Amino acid sequence: MVLNDSDRQLIAAIQGGLPMVARPYAAIGQQLGLDESAVLARVAELQESGLIKRMGVVVRHRALGYSANAMVVWDVPDADIERIGRLLADESCVTLCYQRPRRLPHWPYNLFCMIHGRERDSVLRRISQIVAFHSLEDIQHQVLFSPRAFKQRGARYAELDKLQPESRSLHGRT
Amino acid sequence: MKSRNNDPAILSTPVALTALEKTLLNDFQRGLPMTATPFADVAAQTGVSEEMVIDTLQSLQQRGLISRVGPVFAPRRAGASTLAALSVPEDQLDEVAGIVNEFAEVNHNYQREHDYNLWFVVTAPDQSQVDRVLAEIESATGLPVLDLPLERSFYIDLGFPLWC
Repeated sequence: MVLNDSDRQLIAAIQGGLPMVARPYAAIGQQLGLDESAVLARVAELQESGLIKRMGVVVRHRALGYSANAMVVWDVPDADIERIGRLLADESCVTLCYQRPRRLPHWPYNLFCMIHGRERDSVLRRISQIVAFHSLEDIQHQVLFSPRAFKQRGARYAELDKLQPESRSLHGRT
Repeated sequence: MKSRNNDPAILSTPVALTALEKTLLNDFQRGLPMTATPFADVAAQTGVSEEMVIDTLQSLQQRGLISRVGPVFAPRRAGASTLAALSVPEDQLDEVAGIVNEFAEVNHNYQREHDYNLWFVVTAPDQSQVDRVLAEIESATGLPVLDLPLERSFYIDLGFPLWC
């Protein structure tokens, strides 16, 4: 999908969230000089195109008590990656599952998934269950827990277009 | 390094939630009605008033439990991005994390328990800017960056189940 200037303005206006008012698209339209119906139609198109993958409440896991945030990395034989990627992605409590390149000799892992839970022990139990259930004992994996988030915010696309290095401090954190 | 004292992202205290809050958190991470009055439509589905829905969402946001109500963009569609990691000497971790945080193109930055102990996501309008940011981070920190761009996603994001 090709984005025009109007789309970029629209994305900039909604990427930080919809205004929490009765008619949010009318409020955005007012800001951009567009009709409510035009805003709504374009947002729906952005969603149908897949650029917006979902519209809804974006939760903050850590604040909600899901502090045991584990990235599990696997060294999967290339021939098996599609099969294993799909079965991990279908597991409940797996919130991402991506293939990424190996960087040998430093980094042998090519499949990444995120598993969130309230405590470290329950996440480790869940991983053991997944390994046993799918017979993944021969596939090397590592569990990287995250004790701290230094920065955490949604990707911001529109504002980056005009970004100059000196304006960075404005966006230093959220 | 900036103060983290009030950052809800690092607090892990159990949170007491009302039934309506749980419903909004669990059931509306996707599929916000694409209508002129999404909050009224959510209200109709949950059997409360529109005002109640808006007030509750505002309260969840003020308490730092949700970041927003709105779009989640697909990775790699608008612009370019990568997952990157640094292996930072333990006593320099705060300082290096602060340097990485200063880049507006960095939208996530986590400590992780591994030799590669700092992991961050770089997002920019195009690949050349992603590469430039990684090069600037290498020169600002004096550490080589592990660059792990997305090759394929097996996951369809349906939001985050709160029963895990």
